[in-house]
Amino acid sequence: MDVKDYDIGDIDMAWCPGCGNFSIIKIIKRSLAELEITPSDVVFVSGIGQAAKLPHYLKCNFFNGLHGRSVPVATAIKATNPRLTVIADSGDGCNYGEGGNHFIHGIRRNPDLLHLVHDNMIYGLTKGQASPTSMKGMVTPVQVDGVILEPFNPLTTAIALNASFVARAYCGDQDKAVDIVKEAIQHEGYALVDMLQPCPSFNEINTYKWYKENTYYLEDDHDRTDRSKAFEVATDLDRLALGVLYTREKPTFEGQQQVYSKEQTPLWKRGQHDPDTLRELIKKHRD
Amino acid sequence: MFYIIGISIVLAGQAGQGIQTVERLLTRILKLDGFHVFATKEYMSRVRGGANSTEIRVSSEPVRAYVDAIDILIPIDKEAMKRLEPRIGTGTLIVGDTSYLGDVNNLLEVPITELAKDLGNKIYSNIIAVGICCGMLDVDMNLAKDYVRTFFKEKDDDIISKNVEAIEVGFKRGKDARDTNLISLDISKDDSIKDDLLLHGGEAISLGAVAGGCNFISSYPMSPSTAVLVSLAQKTEELDIISEQAEDEISAINMALGAWYAGARAMITTSGGGFALMTEGLSLAGMIESPVVMHLAQRPGPATGLPTRTEQGDLALALHGGHGEFPRIIIAPATIEECFYLTNESFNLADEYQVPVIILTDQYTIDSYYNISSLDPTKVENTRHFIKTGEEYHRYTITESGISPRGIPGYGKGLVCVDSDEHDQQGHITENFTVRKQQMDKRLRKLDGFFKNMQEPAYHGSESPGTLVVGWGSTYHAIREAINRVGDESIAHVHYSILHPLHPSTGDILNKAKKVVIVESNATSQFGRYIRAETGIKTDATILKYTGEPFSVEDIVKRLKEEI
Repeated sequence: MDVKDYDIGDIDMAWCPGCGNFSIIKIIKRSLAELEITPSDVVFVSGIGQAAKLPHYLKCNFFNGLHGRSVPVATAIKATNPRLTVIADSGDGCNYGEGGNHFIHGIRRNPDLLHLVHDNMIYGLTKGQASPTSMKGMVTPVQVDGVILEPFNPLTTAIALNASFVARAYCGDQDKAVDIVKEAIQHEGYALVDMLQPCPSFNEINTYKWYKENTYYLEDDHDRTDRSKAFEVATDLDRLALGVLYTREKPTFEGQQQVYSKEQTPLWKRGQHDPDTLRELIKKHRD
Repeated sequence: MFYIIGISIVLAGQAGQGIQTVERLLTRILKLDGFHVFATKEYMSRVRGGANSTEIRVSSEPVRAYVDAIDILIPIDKEAMKRLEPRIGTGTLIVGDTSYLGDVNNLLEVPITELAKDLGNKIYSNIIAVGICCGMLDVDMNLAKDYVRTFFKEKDDDIISKNVEAIEVGFKRGKDARDTNLISLDISKDDSIKDDLLLHGGEAISLGAVAGGCNFISSYPMSPSTAVLVSLAQKTEELDIISEQAEDEISAINMALGAWYAGARAMITTSGGGFALMTEGLSLAGMIESPVVMHLAQRPGPATGLPTRTEQGDLALALHGGHGEFPRIIIAPATIEECFYLTNESFNLADEYQVPVIILTDQYTIDSYYNISSLDPTKVENTRHFIKTGEEYHRYTITESGISPRGIPGYGKGLVCVDSDEHDQQGHITENFTVRKQQMDKRLRKLDGFFKNMQEPAYHGSESPGTLVVGWGSTYHAIREAINRVGDESIAHVHYSILHPLHPSTGDILNKAKKVVIVESNATSQFGRYIRAETGIKTDATILKYTGEPFSVEDIVKRLKEEI
């Protein structure tokens, strides 16, 4: 497939010049095209924020829902129709702040989806407040004396929860990011990609230059099945590791549903419940 | 000597003492033997201890409402007596043991605990209590013993035979009381009801849901709504249902919306606090025009309130919950049959109109039951409303009815784009004011045709009544029985099971009455205020109860006599 197959044509995009989201949408389109996934087989589920507008800017099915709620929606879509490729795609505030509880329990459920988090360490759409991943000391119009909260670490959290796939990518390096995103889509189970991106409008600390200087790629010999090692790598905030930190094969949420034990047919294709079975269930209440 | 027609038996004990087992055994045995029965329970928000009770009414005729009066009280411990004291009258026969009851009036002395210990364990006390009732009511003893054997069939043979013995021991005591004319019960049996169904409101809702094609439930446990989640979860072996216990109610409603989007028929079940958390998702359903069925089992608030008690206090929440303006349907089943059929219908309504349908019940509805003849899972014809999309599909096409054909991803060549932002016909985010107004108008006219096939509110009595009693939801049977007891021909009764949109006939119905009296289990007459907002008619009097207990027949009789 061609990347252009995902183009939606002339549309007014709400992102600022220089925004990392322009790179991320390219990374997504390339990944899908290279994996030969047709637009009508993909569902993007997003929340609220500048990142969450991404599904509007490419050809796909989408459910642009509420702030923080994309993972439960995506989980249910995948469970209802496992044939769809489902991507939960939103920002750091959406996924780690408002949706923190869903992040934790989404990992525990292990639905087969890509959870792509645009992580620019700041709130963009609400104009520059701290996000859960903002670094300590960052001064904002609300955090007037600088951030005093410990930054949320999505990778250690995910590894602690024994997530099925945990990766960090950087949008400024598209080729490598495409490799990571493709692998995450193909991975069977929950796959977190924390996608580092600058916010040229509001984040003056974590710039393109800063990311260049403070990130590195994991070596090829990194053992991604070694949970302790992955955790140790993820705790290092001085140098942010890029690549796939951790993977673990495990049964998916939808794969363990009784409804798919005999057949894979999506729920919508199945008829009503069998009336005779219903009659039997009702009759049970005779005694 | 007590001469009683149609009796109420109350069994009481601590949580964990098996009062619910007693209720289940006794109602089933009585019904199988041809008695009409009604049962409801009240329980504390705890797992052990406290004082819980169950009321079982037994009659020759259908009996379907809660009464305060206790004809026979069987307390299995002394705490229960204190708790039930206000309901113990001069006519109440108390059955039990002086060792823990002390000196009480009208005592039929049966050393239940001692008899149980003789059988090897005091846990047999509750089965002895079942036996006593069976003896008093002249139940077919073989039937009772067979039922006990079946009921405990998973247990060891020794335990089964001990339980059968316990029934026999109790039965003898009950029969002795009857034979010695200490009591005389004049209740005839009706063989035609032996195949009747006994199921509580929670189970009826769950069966109605699967009859309506429900194949997805996501919920967070909260009393008293959990029964529906449990019941559907237990059907996943026989039926194609995905059942998920969500991490919170916010997740639950969002999962349900995701499931509908992908082609499932999904529901949630919750209570007031959980529904409050879901209102953000409810509003999302309004904006993306997603069908969803929400069961809201009310309990008294505010906040945690009385978690295991009953109230009709969340109508205003159901009516107004969720930011912004969007159409919704609110249903409040009045009977077990309506719990089943209206829940079934809710899935069709949600699907047809692409709106949230809220089923408003309460703890009393969920935990009460009486024998009904049948439920037909094919009576309501299920209609499916999603389409196969073409390449040029637009999710929010402007139509005259306001209802845009709903596609689902993966069925057809079109893309299904839904957005919580205001959106254009394709589903893309917009800030165009003209489009905003078009989409608002489109959404708000969706229910214009709603009443074309919907039932009128139930109406009993004279069309130009002196007093018109207005009720909704779970108060139905208590109002019916109360009006029958008062026996005044000038009283009529209108009862609403579909609350919103309000039936257009309402103004006319109310205007024909000299006096309108509304009955509600809340403190501020929420339905009365809603009727006034919709019709301009103010009710003349209110009969309100908000102690956390259900309305009893006596409550309504007393207040009704004051009002006519």
